[in-house]
Amino acid sequence: MQRNTIQQRFYRPLERQITLGRPSIRRYVGLLALVLILVVWQVIASLRLYPSFIIPPPGAVLEKFITVVQDGRLWLHTSTTLVEVLGGLALGVSAGVVLGYIIAKNQIIEDLLSPVIVALQSTPVVAYAPLLVIWFGSGPNSKVLTCALTVFFPMLMNTVVGIRNTPAPLRDLMRSLGATRAQMLTRLEIPAALPVLLNGLKVSATLSVIGAVVGEFIWANAGLGFLINLSRNQYDTPLVIVAVLTLALMARALYSAVSYIERRALAWQQRTRRD
Amino acid sequence: MPASISVQGVSVEFRAPDGGPLPALGPVTFGLDAGSLVCLVGPSGCGKSTLIRVIAGLQTPDQGKVCLDGEPVTKPSRRVGLMFQDANLMPWRTVIDNIALPLELAGVPAAERREIAMKLLPGLGLADFAGAYPGELSGGMAQRAALGRVLIQRPDALLLDEPFGALDAMTREQVSSDLLALWAQERPTILLVTHDIHEAVRLGDRVLVMSPRPGRIVADIAVPLPRPRRVSDTYQAEFGAIAQAIRQAIENS
Repeated sequence: MQRNTIQQRFYRPLERQITLGRPSIRRYVGLLALVLILVVWQVIASLRLYPSFIIPPPGAVLEKFITVVQDGRLWLHTSTTLVEVLGGLALGVSAGVVLGYIIAKNQIIEDLLSPVIVALQSTPVVAYAPLLVIWFGSGPNSKVLTCALTVFFPMLMNTVVGIRNTPAPLRDLMRSLGATRAQMLTRLEIPAALPVLLNGLKVSATLSVIGAVVGEFIWANAGLGFLINLSRNQYDTPLVIVAVLTLALMARALYSAVSYIERRALAWQQRTRRD
Repeated sequence: MPASISVQGVSVEFRAPDGGPLPALGPVTFGLDAGSLVCLVGPSGCGKSTLIRVIAGLQTPDQGKVCLDGEPVTKPSRRVGLMFQDANLMPWRTVIDNIALPLELAGVPAAERREIAMKLLPGLGLADFAGAYPGELSGGMAQRAALGRVLIQRPDALLLDEPFGALDAMTREQVSSDLLALWAQERPTILLVTHDIHEAVRLGDRVLVMSPRPGRIVADIAVPLPRPRRVSDTYQAEFGAIAQAIRQAIENS
């Protein structure tokens, strides 16, 4: 961004706030909570109130983690789930955005589709996931679909809201400047809807992991959801915990990735006058 | 080339809450000579903004038509620039990219349109704010950026709907003087809606007075004062007499 010196002087206080983010002490408070949980866990495990297959000590989980990393099982199942999640996200988000745009622009299509959408949205994915597995097999396809369906609805709703909320005066301005339909979309509707769209994407990123795991729970040959089922049946509780933590990390990483995109794309929102 | 505008028997109806027709405007008939600056005053809700939208081609009148250089207006034209009470900038675009928007939509390459926009900034008092976002600007600065965006079009006609309405008195005089200076250079035909009688007299060649809803033109008052007119001229006797005539026309309407 090219800016001259007067502006740099003028805006420096604001920029400092943005780049530094949260004050350093607050950053470590969250970490403290994690440490506390680990300590409590270790204490409960050491007291031997429960058999170790119910509450294994943190050390046993770490040991298991190293084992499954070394023999490649963790990566096999993680990559399977990750591919399903990314595929489901791509499919669900694009379908949600495209259909959302059409609905936002067309009252008749909204009237036509809204009963179906409302019915589908209020049905839990877990309920109809078995159907998808029956129709699309036990491979990754059915999981991509459960994931896509979970992601589809928040994306659809947010797109409709985002596009409908395009400010009317800006629409008039674009029309008065002879904007084409494509220009209206790329220069006005998409940027105006972007904050709401990215919010939907953040929700979707978290939901996508749930969607894929639901599919894997029903019937699968690989994936972290499958690994949880398998190790639970073998009373391998440390492996269950490893798989759960890996899923949590995956969801968190996806969320952070979208947050990062959001901060970059919506940098203008941070830059407002404060006087 | 400045455009002449003629408004012929234009009327607009809205739908009342009970479903019946609600006359909002007109019928209105008047003409603007090419290169003239005409002000339009009237009580709020008299259909001034609707009239601007019709002339701009954003709204089809229920009766009558608008002609631009004798050609009927059926859709918005790039020859006509529009400015509203709100600066109406895109908050996700920097000042320079907001000003360059009309050129961008017309297909001018990025480097070229930025260069043209950069040249406008000093005249608008925005030289140091090319990379600022609208959220960082004061009301007056935002409105000057909006003025820049309409000027970069090199419009043949300018329709200004209370463009200074949201500004404080000092800023308002400043920005309206900027507008006068720019008009003196390029001479687009200007129709300026305002609710400030003194502003109308200071800026206009003519002042049109509208009645309450459904708005009609009830007076067409010439302002034969020499230009350039300064803000201090508004205290002179001839000036006051014209303002007085306009005030009377509004009250009688």
